Amino acid sequence: MKGPRDKRMSIDEVVDTLEDGMTIGIGGWGPRRKPMALVRAIYRSGLKDLTLVSWGGADVGLLTRAGKVRKLVYAFVSLDSVPLEPNFQKARQEGTVPEVVELDEGMFNTGLQAAAQRLPFLPMRAGLGSDVLVNNPWIKTVQSPYDEGFGHEELVAVPALRLDVALVHMNRADQHGNATYLGPDPYFDDLFCMAADRAYVSCEQVVDTAGLSHDTPVQRLLLNRMMVSGVVETPNGAHFTTCTPDYERDEKFQRAYAAAAGGSEEDWQAFHDRFLAGDEAAYQAAVTAFRNEQEQQA
Amino acid sequence: MSTSTDLTTADVCAAAIADAFKDDGEIFASPMGMLPMLGVRLAKLTSNPDLVISDGEALFLAGVPPLFAKADKVEGWIPFRRVFDVVAYGKRHVMMGATQIDRQGNQNISAIGDFAQPKRQLLGSRGAPGNTVNNRTSYWVPRHSPRVFVEAVDIVSGVGPSRAAAAGPAASRFNDIHRIVSNLGVLDVNGPERTLRLLSVHPGVTVDEVRAASGCEIHVDGADSDVPETRLPTTEEQLIIREVLDPKGLRFKEVPRPEAAT
Repeated sequence: MKGPRDKRMSIDEVVDTLEDGMTIGIGGWGPRRKPMALVRAIYRSGLKDLTLVSWGGADVGLLTRAGKVRKLVYAFVSLDSVPLEPNFQKARQEGTVPEVVELDEGMFNTGLQAAAQRLPFLPMRAGLGSDVLVNNPWIKTVQSPYDEGFGHEELVAVPALRLDVALVHMNRADQHGNATYLGPDPYFDDLFCMAADRAYVSCEQVVDTAGLSHDTPVQRLLLNRMMVSGVVETPNGAHFTTCTPDYERDEKFQRAYAAAAGGSEEDWQAFHDRFLAGDEAAYQAAVTAFRNEQEQQA
Repeated sequence: MSTSTDLTTADVCAAAIADAFKDDGEIFASPMGMLPMLGVRLAKLTSNPDLVISDGEALFLAGVPPLFAKADKVEGWIPFRRVFDVVAYGKRHVMMGATQIDRQGNQNISAIGDFAQPKRQLLGSRGAPGNTVNNRTSYWVPRHSPRVFVEAVDIVSGVGPSRAAAAGPAASRFNDIHRIVSNLGVLDVNGPERTLRLLSVHPGVTVDEVRAASGCEIHVDGADSDVPETRLPTTEEQLIIREVLDPKGLRFKEVPRPEAAT
């Protein structure tokens, strides 16, 4: 019997499928389970004019710092234990991202749902009365055809957040694109995949299909292969964000990142040269060296 | 044994925050920040045991653990995406921060200055627009100052009652700005034309001090002398705060303990 196709790819093969001007959605949440290995590869690529759709963390910081982003769609950008993302702040305060769409979080979720359902919009209350609608005058309202006793309510018609490509990071996947998260929260990764024409899943480990539900409830299988175009095995690929239970956030590294991002051009250049100039293997080696250094200082 | 002379502003704030949640019944209390988390847990252990609380991540907690404790009995699953379901469902009371809050009860956590190129980019509007038109919303301001309480916020993230009314019934039906607790006092938005009103001042704070620390007019019902003092935490509450919920004194990072009186 023939099985479904093998979708394993390398990081570079994924980035080779991307084009200037594309709309790219990035899964995870703030500093949690971000497909950072893929983000780093975009950071050092020649890609430009991207539209980025993200629950923003260092992915947004890195790609805005590298001048990759023409349009940014977000509801927040934060590193949590470092509340404000210095590279994102710098980009906003210097006006280097030409177009900015700041949404309410619920609107962001609803926009992904609309896209995943192939609808042009979905109605909701969020945004009404706020400056989200003032700063994004292209977002329209829609009048309810029904009167439930409050008149024909005027609701926000949250536009679908259609993506060309979604990038997400999971704990385990099989070679066909079925994938499972082992931490407490799925975030919105399945919605990102369904909102996109193509989705690429990076993961800590590729296992055989039976292994996906061997020691974890089947309800954790968030992605099925219909949603997924490619699978990349990249251990520690979410670093320095969380990938619970495989690893937690690397707080020391995050502090070093934030200090460099919020420091002088020289500070950032030094961080770039040490960690981001080479490929993913070079990054991981530099992270290991950094960790050893920190332990010796402790 | 604790005496009233040990009372700190942080403890008074915790009790005032707990009071904001005491009449909520069986709903999801979502605190953002340390004192709101302390106040909500205090309410659950005293005035409102029906409150539903979470670990701030993905779990509903059946117990009431100390601040930032990990292990606890779990009663449900509330990953980030399900929070939006509860927001729309309405059985939720969120207490958010506010970088700015204005006389009309609008709140800003997005950016300072012009949105196109802000002087200071903050978090982004997060869930504030949706919270304020869907479920009960309160604010916590650890440092009451004229830069926080302003005539008009630079960017409206959280929607006050007048803006909600102007946006129509879909926005105003569930708009419910409940309390603003600061390190100086407790306010609501039931002043004239739904503006800020001072409900109480914390012990040792005068109404004039609140005015001086505000960049907009703050309404007072009657004379200044009619404004009551925020109630002191009971002995039981003090014990819970000190011995159970925050034995390490983490609350003083948000509201510093004053210099020891001589």
